[in-house]
Amino acid sequence: MRWLRQTSAVMMLNLRTIPGRLGSSAVAIIGIAGVVVVFVSVLSISAGFSSAMTGSGSAERALVMRAGSDTEMTSGIEGTETRIIKEAPGIRHEGDHAMASAELYVVIDLPKKSSPTSPANVPMRGIEPTGMPLREDMSIVEGRMFRFSTNEVIVGRAANHQFAGLNIGDTIVAGKNRWIVSGIFEADGGVAETEIWCDVHTLQDVYRRPNSFSLVMVKLDTIASFEPFNEWLMKNPQVNVVVRRESEYYQSQSQTMTRLINTLGFGVATLMGIGAVFGAILTMYTAVASRTREIATLRALGFNTSSVLLSVLAESVILGGIGGLIGGIGAYLAFNGYQTSTMNFQTFSQVAFAFRVTPQLLVTGLIYALTMGLIGGLLPAIRAARLPIPSALREL
Amino acid sequence: MKFLPLIWMNVWRRRIRTTFTLLSVFIAFLLFGLVMTIRAAFSLGVDIAGLDRLVLINKVTLILPLPISYQRQIQSTPGVEFATHQTWFNGAYQQPTNVLTTIAVEPGPFLAVYPEFILPAEQAKAWQADKQGAIVGKDLATRLNWKIGDRIPLMSSIWQPKVPWEFNIVGIYDGGSSVDKTQFFFRYDYLDENRAEQLKGNVGWYVIKIADPSRAVDLGQTFDTMFANSPAETKTTTEKGFIEGFAKQVGDIGTITVAIASTVLFMFGMVAASTMVQSVRERTSELAVLKTLGFTDTSILVLVLCESLFITVVAGGFGLAVAWAIVQRGDPTGGLLAIFTLPPRDIAIGFALMVLMGLIAGAIPAMGAMRLRITDALRRN
Repeated sequence: MRWLRQTSAVMMLNLRTIPGRLGSSAVAIIGIAGVVVVFVSVLSISAGFSSAMTGSGSAERALVMRAGSDTEMTSGIEGTETRIIKEAPGIRHEGDHAMASAELYVVIDLPKKSSPTSPANVPMRGIEPTGMPLREDMSIVEGRMFRFSTNEVIVGRAANHQFAGLNIGDTIVAGKNRWIVSGIFEADGGVAETEIWCDVHTLQDVYRRPNSFSLVMVKLDTIASFEPFNEWLMKNPQVNVVVRRESEYYQSQSQTMTRLINTLGFGVATLMGIGAVFGAILTMYTAVASRTREIATLRALGFNTSSVLLSVLAESVILGGIGGLIGGIGAYLAFNGYQTSTMNFQTFSQVAFAFRVTPQLLVTGLIYALTMGLIGGLLPAIRAARLPIPSALREL
Repeated sequence: MKFLPLIWMNVWRRRIRTTFTLLSVFIAFLLFGLVMTIRAAFSLGVDIAGLDRLVLINKVTLILPLPISYQRQIQSTPGVEFATHQTWFNGAYQQPTNVLTTIAVEPGPFLAVYPEFILPAEQAKAWQADKQGAIVGKDLATRLNWKIGDRIPLMSSIWQPKVPWEFNIVGIYDGGSSVDKTQFFFRYDYLDENRAEQLKGNVGWYVIKIADPSRAVDLGQTFDTMFANSPAETKTTTEKGFIEGFAKQVGDIGTITVAIASTVLFMFGMVAASTMVQSVRERTSELAVLKTLGFTDTSILVLVLCESLFITVVAGGFGLAVAWAIVQRGDPTGGLLAIFTLPPRDIAIGFALMVLMGLIAGAIPAMGAMRLRITDALRRN
């Protein structure tokens, strides 16, 4: 009890004197805040990217692509095959219609708003009439659905934001083809929002790929219907395909990018963290040095060494915490929701997403900041506790 | 010169403080070096991309093919040295997800257009003789442990019906530090003979070597007009512009890396500055004594600045050197970053920043020391 009282008394004394040492405390605070800003903001890129990718996938939907293909971009299926696929068991039916849509996936060059001179690969998807109802998370938010058998298209919300000339009524020029934007759709913030959708048969004509599709998208009866559906297709000698759950498909596509960003983010933050710890050590040594006489007096009065040690550590951890809060709040204000787009390396097509500073990231950042403060305070605390009282009292 | 010992003694006056300041600045420039390497990696070798090479692609998108018949028309245009074509193969090794940069080319013109790929003459000859021959970059060969003479099966999700495609490694190319040495090039005739009938006679894109780089824009327009009303319209850019455009699609990595580097340098610059301020403040009376002995204001200023420059340049130089050494060991991600090098330009910028950091960190205390009035300073104690 007495020890606790002592410790808290010394701690309060320390903390009350911080304002007098603001200059050197700022070194520790700014250093740690800088680390946290970089750490949180870099990881918020990968959090945003992977949430855009994984958010798009439903476990109730499946993609059927040509065996050996790992993306819609490189897959190709003939019309005859798509008809067989639509007969497979496990597909949900609404009325007489099987909830399956044979689709063609291509990319077209459109300028990004942020750099109008260089083109970006914007994905374009031709769908069948069932393509809309089988994706229940899709909705038209402006204008109207395109009419089938025309050159009308609908544009995802994110594509509309990122690329030039995709407003309702605009004409998109792609080579010799003209497309007219009739509406804008949303899809729960998923990848589809970066796409342009049109009638698959019109797209086939325009690309001179009659009766050729990239994939068949199906809605399953239940999540468990995947197994019989997959098994039936695998055993059928008339088709040579691979089946993936939509959720798994998008997750696997986001892996390369998130791994790259996370490696870079953690690497840079670790190195910066080491530097910030050095900064904190400097700050705390200065703090201890400037209070040598004070500390020695306390010790002479009978204050415990461990109280002195803990008080220095506490000061350092608190400085770390302040830095962590400043850094975290700064990163949140500056980057949360920041809209951008990048290239999905698997399909070479653009994906729009927003940086996401998640609570989990902020907590991790704060813990990191406190740890840096703790490590930074360790050596100076030991030094303070070990000060030889007589000579320290003599010091200036 | 004779004051060097004095500066040296001042620097090491507080050992612990100096040590940690040096370490902080060391980390700062180590990070600077690594971050700039990442930036260079994402610019995809744009620095070496030729201005005398044009890339001609399908106007709708790079993914759509072009007819091989265009080659003759391009080649016969005045000002063109070589016109050759390339086709993306999307070859996967062992697992469908392990896609390598595999491109079908015409061996002779390819090597003529890209002199930066260094291939021994007898290997180039072997490539001409073997239809299934392929040449690979040194980094790729090392990573996958391939040797000349190996037979390599690859799967392609684009080109059917052949499964798998088999290649003989006939050559391993090398190149300067900014050349991508992770690519796999094989012969177009092998691809064309073995792919589905309806796909034959198409190529991915054309690379055109021109005689006079200043005519690049002109010639580009000539080609685009030439094919304006044909089934596949084209778009021609310089290779440099093409790669820049591609890198921009990834996102503004440049801005992000510069932002990180600035944060780092600001952070650690603060550490150095705070050290200098403290160190000068402690020595107020000493500096006053020096002045009494006849040191001019300027020499005091120079003395303090030298001390601060010593810290930033020595520690920073060491940091950059270590970054350079790490980069020499190669790409740590195992092939994700094809070009992994610290550009000489960034090394120069790094040294300039060290000097700048030293000057800024030392400026305030140095000015203070210079303006110090002897009587005040001596009285202060």
